[in-house]
Amino acid sequence: MRPSAVRLLNILVPVKRAVDYAVKIRVNPEQTGIDLNVKHSMNPFDEIAVEEAVRIRERLKDAVKSIKVVTIGPPKSSETLRTALAMGADSAIHVEIPESAPSPEPLGVAKALKAIIERQSEGVDVVIMGKQAIDDDAGQTGQMLAGLMGWAQATFASKVDVDAAQKVAHVTREIDGGLEELRCRLPLVVTTDLRLNEPRYASLPNIMKAKKKPLEKLTPADLGIDFTPRLETIKVTEPPKRVGGGKVENVDQLLAKLKEAGITARRA
Amino acid sequence: MLRVRTAALSKALARRYSTFPAPHALVFLEHRDGELDSASLSALTAASRLGGKVTGLLAGAPDQVPGVVDKAKKIKGLDTVLHSVSSQYSTPLPEIVAPLLEKVLSSGSPFTHVVSAHSSSAKSILPRVAAKLDVPAVSDITSVEHDISTNSTTFSRPIYAGNAISTVRASSSISIKFFTVRSTAFPAAVPGEAEAETEVLDPVEVSDPPSNHISTSLSKSDRPDLGVASRVVSGGRALKNAETFQATLYPLADALGAAVGASRAAVDAGYADNSLQVGQTGKVVAPELYMALGISGAIQHLAGMKDSKLIVAINKDPDAPIFQVADVGLVADLFEVVPEMVEKLK
Repeated sequence: MRPSAVRLLNILVPVKRAVDYAVKIRVNPEQTGIDLNVKHSMNPFDEIAVEEAVRIRERLKDAVKSIKVVTIGPPKSSETLRTALAMGADSAIHVEIPESAPSPEPLGVAKALKAIIERQSEGVDVVIMGKQAIDDDAGQTGQMLAGLMGWAQATFASKVDVDAAQKVAHVTREIDGGLEELRCRLPLVVTTDLRLNEPRYASLPNIMKAKKKPLEKLTPADLGIDFTPRLETIKVTEPPKRVGGGKVENVDQLLAKLKEAGITARRA
Repeated sequence: MLRVRTAALSKALARRYSTFPAPHALVFLEHRDGELDSASLSALTAASRLGGKVTGLLAGAPDQVPGVVDKAKKIKGLDTVLHSVSSQYSTPLPEIVAPLLEKVLSSGSPFTHVVSAHSSSAKSILPRVAAKLDVPAVSDITSVEHDISTNSTTFSRPIYAGNAISTVRASSSISIKFFTVRSTAFPAAVPGEAEAETEVLDPVEVSDPPSNHISTSLSKSDRPDLGVASRVVSGGRALKNAETFQATLYPLADALGAAVGASRAAVDAGYADNSLQVGQTGKVVAPELYMALGISGAIQHLAGMKDSKLIVAINKDPDAPIFQVADVGLVADLFEVVPEMVEKLK
């Protein structure tokens, strides 16, 4: 019996440049969106995805042939790719859209990723991406990509174990009420949850090395994709403001306030 | 003359109204241990707001489904309950359930909308199906309105961890409109007088699925479920360790008949299970009472609880951001104050 050739894994990590998680969000006066003249950084869940790809390589060593990162965004998104390269990705793809263009919708992104995967002559075995972007909080792109590709999917991963020889991955997922373990055949789309790992800070030598790593620029036309949104944003508004109430000085006063609100002791 | 023109005009309008179908929503109903998930019942309420027919879809194992169908058909707002039985559906993996949904939604189907709760299971399934049907999906909606004259549906949903609300419209160009529902924004549908029709659907067996379910471990608790409890006692990083977290909070939760929640910091540090995390990427809750103990109040945590009716905060730091949203604040050492509360509540 001929032994099957050891399949080298190609990992693709889509990343998104989003408003930094610590920024205080302000709705613009026209109510068309939020003030975007603020600090941006890599979506935290995508940082976790890049980190996981690098850790998979650290565990599987030569079995991982390539880690490619890809982003769809305006010119400044190249910075996000450089960060990923500094964390340990090998090469990057930037699908550049104009600064003024609206943010692509999950379905558009999924279609673009499918087109990119199909362009990879050596194929893609694992796509690892954030479970949601902290700007739109949509949380759909990974599932949509898996559907378009007809691939296995494992969302909200808190642990990923890839077996390159068997071409499967064991994934633990965070679900409502606890955890679930799946065994998924490759190729596979994984979306990352918070506790999958803690991303490394890129060291200065790695940041310097990253400048020399290949970065391919593509246009939407190169992929045959139209990113025109299909959903129409009518307006963006502030949520109802919550104003803090007063402070009390002791437990008795606190319990009195609870009682006023109709809250007293009760067995479940 | 005017009357004739008005008659002609209303005939033209009537013709236009009749070119768009009345909405017909397909609601994915989830269940566990023979009970319908409360979040699915909230999704059902949202589907009813579209103003048309509502059909429920139940998939499960042969021993689970019949009992749930019996309960589902009595729920107000459901016109029909479609049910499909297969041992493959005992754990509804997206790769296994999606083909069933695709078959139900295939050309000629009457459905204009596909609705589910924003649960970890349903939100893993719906976008996969939407993409295969080449339509977008709207996640975690807090309001919905359908305009039959333009066949468009308008939603509101939180973005940027709930720091902004986006109002989006799906026009008639989107043939089937998929959306997941934030359960705290819609009351759960309740049993009514009428009974829905039920209809058996053949399962779509998936030969050689690419994913297999190995195990599920749910945190067992006699406490109310965090997702639907009317009272929540929640702890943060100040609770030192898992033992102290439990020893301090659980008696208070017991006294109030409350569920227990935790901040991300507390979960990361191992004080509480991940299923207790409240926040932008954890659970979103909106109980009658939310007590935040030793929680500073980061934006991402507020995103998960700021719609609570009454927010009470206890923290040693008078400048903790949580006090900006708390209705009642107490600057104190929670390790002194909480036992005192438990005593006085007895």
